Amino acid sequence: MTRHETFAQALSTDRPITIAILAMGGQGGGVLADWIVGMAEAQGWTAQSTSVPGVAQRTGATIYYIEMVEAPDGAVPILALMPTPGDVDVVLAAEFMEAGRSILRGLVTPDRTTLIASTHRSYAVAEKQKPGDGAADPQAVVRAARVASKRVIASDLDALAARHGSVISAALFGSLAGADVLPFPREAFEGAIRAGGKGVSASLAAFSAAFDRARHPEAHAEAHAEPPAPAKPDPLGDVGHAGYDALLARVRADFPAEAQPLLAAGLRKVVDFQDLAYGGAYLDRMRDLLAADRAAGGAAQGHAFGTACAKYLAVAMAYDDVIRVADLKTRASRHERVSREVGVKGEEILYTTEFMHPRMEEVIGTMPARLGRWLEARPGLVRRLDRVVSRGRRVRTGTIRWYLTLYAVAGLKRMRLKTLRHSRETAHIDAWLGRALEVLPRNYALAVEMVGCRRLVKGYSGTHARGEAKFDRVLSAVPLLVAREDGADWLRRLKQAALMDEEGTALDGALRTVQSLAD
Amino acid sequence: MAERSFAREVEHLKLGDGDVFRGEGILAITKALLQAGVSYVGGYQGAPISHLMDVLADAEDVLDELGVHFESSASEATAAATLAASVMYPIRGAVTFKSTVGTNVASDALANLASGGVTGGAMIIVGEDYGEGSSIMQERSHAFAMKSQIWLLDPRPNLETIVKMVEEGFELSEASNTPVMLEVRIRTCHVHGHFRTKDNRKPSFTLRQALENPKRDVGRIVLPPASYLHEKEKIEKRWPAAVRFVAERKLNEHFGPAEGETGIIVQGGMFNNTMRALQLLGLADLYGETTVPVHVLNVTYPLVEDELAAFCAGKAAVLMVEEGQPEFLEQALAHILRKRDIQTKLSGKDVLPMAGEYTTQVLLKGLEAFFAAHDRPVLGNEPPIPDPEPVLSDPTVKALAEVVPPRPPGFCTGCPERPIFAAMKLVEQELGQHHVAADIGCHLFSILPPFDIGATTMGYGLGPASASAFNVEADKRPISIMGDGGFWHNGLSSSVGNAAYNKHDGVIMIVDNYYSAATGGQDIMSSRAQSKRRATNNSIVDAVKGVGVKWVRQIDRTYDVAKMRDTLREALTTEEKGPKVIVASSECMLNKQRRVKPLLAEAAKAGKRLVRERFGVDEDVCTGDHACIRLSGCPSLSMKHLDDPLRDDPVASIDQSCVGCGNCGEVAEAAVLCPSFYRADVIVNPTGRDRLLARVRRAVISWLAARRDRRRIAFPG
Repeated sequence: MTRHETFAQALSTDRPITIAILAMGGQGGGVLADWIVGMAEAQGWTAQSTSVPGVAQRTGATIYYIEMVEAPDGAVPILALMPTPGDVDVVLAAEFMEAGRSILRGLVTPDRTTLIASTHRSYAVAEKQKPGDGAADPQAVVRAARVASKRVIASDLDALAARHGSVISAALFGSLAGADVLPFPREAFEGAIRAGGKGVSASLAAFSAAFDRARHPEAHAEAHAEPPAPAKPDPLGDVGHAGYDALLARVRADFPAEAQPLLAAGLRKVVDFQDLAYGGAYLDRMRDLLAADRAAGGAAQGHAFGTACAKYLAVAMAYDDVIRVADLKTRASRHERVSREVGVKGEEILYTTEFMHPRMEEVIGTMPARLGRWLEARPGLVRRLDRVVSRGRRVRTGTIRWYLTLYAVAGLKRMRLKTLRHSRETAHIDAWLGRALEVLPRNYALAVEMVGCRRLVKGYSGTHARGEAKFDRVLSAVPLLVAREDGADWLRRLKQAALMDEEGTALDGALRTVQSLAD
Repeated sequence: MAERSFAREVEHLKLGDGDVFRGEGILAITKALLQAGVSYVGGYQGAPISHLMDVLADAEDVLDELGVHFESSASEATAAATLAASVMYPIRGAVTFKSTVGTNVASDALANLASGGVTGGAMIIVGEDYGEGSSIMQERSHAFAMKSQIWLLDPRPNLETIVKMVEEGFELSEASNTPVMLEVRIRTCHVHGHFRTKDNRKPSFTLRQALENPKRDVGRIVLPPASYLHEKEKIEKRWPAAVRFVAERKLNEHFGPAEGETGIIVQGGMFNNTMRALQLLGLADLYGETTVPVHVLNVTYPLVEDELAAFCAGKAAVLMVEEGQPEFLEQALAHILRKRDIQTKLSGKDVLPMAGEYTTQVLLKGLEAFFAAHDRPVLGNEPPIPDPEPVLSDPTVKALAEVVPPRPPGFCTGCPERPIFAAMKLVEQELGQHHVAADIGCHLFSILPPFDIGATTMGYGLGPASASAFNVEADKRPISIMGDGGFWHNGLSSSVGNAAYNKHDGVIMIVDNYYSAATGGQDIMSSRAQSKRRATNNSIVDAVKGVGVKWVRQIDRTYDVAKMRDTLREALTTEEKGPKVIVASSECMLNKQRRVKPLLAEAAKAGKRLVRERFGVDEDVCTGDHACIRLSGCPSLSMKHLDDPLRDDPVASIDQSCVGCGNCGEVAEAAVLCPSFYRADVIVNPTGRDRLLARVRRAVISWLAARRDRRRIAFPG
């Protein structure tokens, strides 16, 4: 055995600077680790990095760990291969929930850790696959970071990097330099980027911007702020169209202040969907609903019922039919928006292809109601026709032939109110609001929730059918809840459960619970 | 190596006497092999040793100059069998693979090799895939060393030491006529460090010399009666020779004072974290000074009994730091102490956990408990040790556990395997759930959300084999999945051949992405790249037909979701008996991008006409149900909150990382989801004809759009 024998003597008190990088695969965590190590070595320090990059390539969460120390001549430091919770000086998180993960793993502690995080979100599958809004709450990370860290430097470094044509690793490196937690001058950091040799100028630009932001967070808040979003025009302000402004005047005059903003938004939606007369119909119906609201003592409740109706009635009236889709896809503004999003430059030419799959259901829905019903009563015929109609169609909107086709479909708007689809939607609205109005005098809060359940009806074809089925099932619990003071809470829970998963498994469980309340 | 260049790393291999190597542990090992004068290197790629293979595959000039033969073996069994070249000839050779999975596959050849013994140094470099980030079952390679009597080196994670152990390892192998296993853990393979290099060495005896002067010795062949003699020889000759060598060469190390009340014995690989734990307890410093004697086992098998006995003698207690289970070393030490009647107390798995990775935090707790029980005074006045507990028990931090979503690895942006599983999901909606036997490879990510497909995984290339029992009359057929990597590794015979022979009535989906993608994109037999040194472009379909499968369907573009779905449905419902094999082929997107991106950028610069494709979502058409995401999970398909008071749910949104693979559109179409998706084709460097056509089209379309816009109310904002 090789003996490195020593005799009792004072132990060195040196400790390495420890840095953990939490990133997702593809974010360049390895590049950042290499820069840090390269910089430390160039400054005569000993540095070691480790990682488990097997999963890093494939978008999973991963940790890179670095230790560095200025060792006395001849001494060889023994550096650890993974971070010790409670013993990390700097945590660099390349995404905000990863910052949360670093806190959960105990890597961020108030006695020593500077947490440098990008606040942007990259949603995990678990969040984005929910039929509703499954986004994790970033405020939970903000609160925990305040408790756990010595210092937090957080901003949207992803956007900053993108503005400079670079990647987040350069922005994180700039924040690290600006945070003054490493004993190296700015030039040492920049030297490491130059030594890397790839995309140097863009990296340096992002580095520099992030450096300044970390140094002067206040200045960033004022001077370096993103260009302020253009102030949204007042939804209640006139648009310079006599007919529409007259409707807006009705909103301002006839409805309580609480409901006005949503009414204006709703009015715009339904008018854009169909025409002014349709907007008038919306306001007529809203007038009746608000009268019922008032009669049920809504004034004391901030007109919650009327306000909910203003929102969901507009959404329900502006349903998603093929006419609307064709209309939206043939507008001039759409071509401009796509050009912007895709980043079409100079001479480049943009064409779009739509992926559509029309079925006989949609065709029948667009027919005059009587004809549609007549056809529906002949399923054999529908099946035969469906074989011709139902297939995936690549609609090349940039060509004249396809554009004209969509243009013609959008032109069916004139007949929309006579279509079978419209009569179905209207019947659905009548039934839904009718039930809510029945409950309103008996249980105000429950009625408000019933209106909100309309959120479940969305999407096209199969998705739409599933949504309607869920809507019906959630509302089926109303008779059990109407006498309960907490009925609204239960209905809200049912609605949330319905938005948890596609199959409605969570909803089944929640419905069983509600059933058990009655037993 | 296919689409990624390791030219920079290859430069490291050319360093000479006195130069300083700076880089990853696995590359240091690669360099050490050349310094040790190997004649041949083989192996099977896999984390964490892939880079050894990748770099050598790119290092033709270095290898040619030294006369070293390198090959990517068909499997770990092939790699291990390659070491047979060192049985009769004084030739050094090394092979590498992931362990324990690779060692499992290799064990037939390894056992034969170890039985007959070797003449030239034979080294097996095993990447021990254990602990955080591991993708395999948690087992130890140690058991293989013990059962076959292969010596096991476990160098402490320091590049100097690792390189030295490679060189000494070959000598040990030759001195004891036994193959040697060098065990390196994941983080050690990927640790960045440095060491002083030596010149590479040309082998003194070449493969060519061996071929031209063949030798044989029936005593080296594993057949009775020689095999009985081998076992005796192992015990009587090879083992003592190895123990002598390890002791004489001082391969194990001692740190700290000679004597002490207590001492620590540690596997080499556990050394750094153990030293950090000692440092945090105030018992050691950063530079290897320690007040507690530490014995480092850079060789964990065989143990040098005299060294251990001497270390334990006179101490009240020793702690064995040994990661993983069973605790072979602790048992062996207990046996040594008992035999020699040494009354030192032995601690190990009583204060350290029996199972799981030994992080610094875990070691800290174990060491503290050990000293508290056996050597209380050394802990002194107990300086505060890092403790995240107060923070972790804060309610705001605890609340995070409910918020932070899990983020397992998944299919890359544009992955060609995604549409395969989207199609399977669609078939599942039609025909109900089926038993799905999964395999090893990227496609195993199907077991996670959003697909949730796959019931078992039994090993590489064994997906269809693992459905063998389900060959009975039933209303549903089993589906099994296998990648092209697994297919050539083992699957052709063990899975497809077996299914054909036994007239299995199941469906076999072979996922062909042109590479061994999960291990880093290495070429395999069916890769579409042209290779000077290897025979690529071998058809999987031909191979499958060659072993007697009649029902075979080739799909050349997996992104055609409707065709995938229809083919799978047909396979599940056809009257035809026997295995139904679907070969679903499209290039791994990660590697395709590596290959195509520079070419496209160059072409665009040169003014050539190109079409850039990307997908998008019309956010006013999308209703925020996310059905598309549930059939995709693509990183570039995410969601976006709209600034619209009438909207509750975020809409789908595609970001800049989209590579335009087409899956979104195909799925929306095949599953009849919604018309929100569009593909944007941007013509870069358009021709005159393009421009003219575009001008005409835009003129007509703009006129029509403006006509209708005039009748619309123009809302501000």
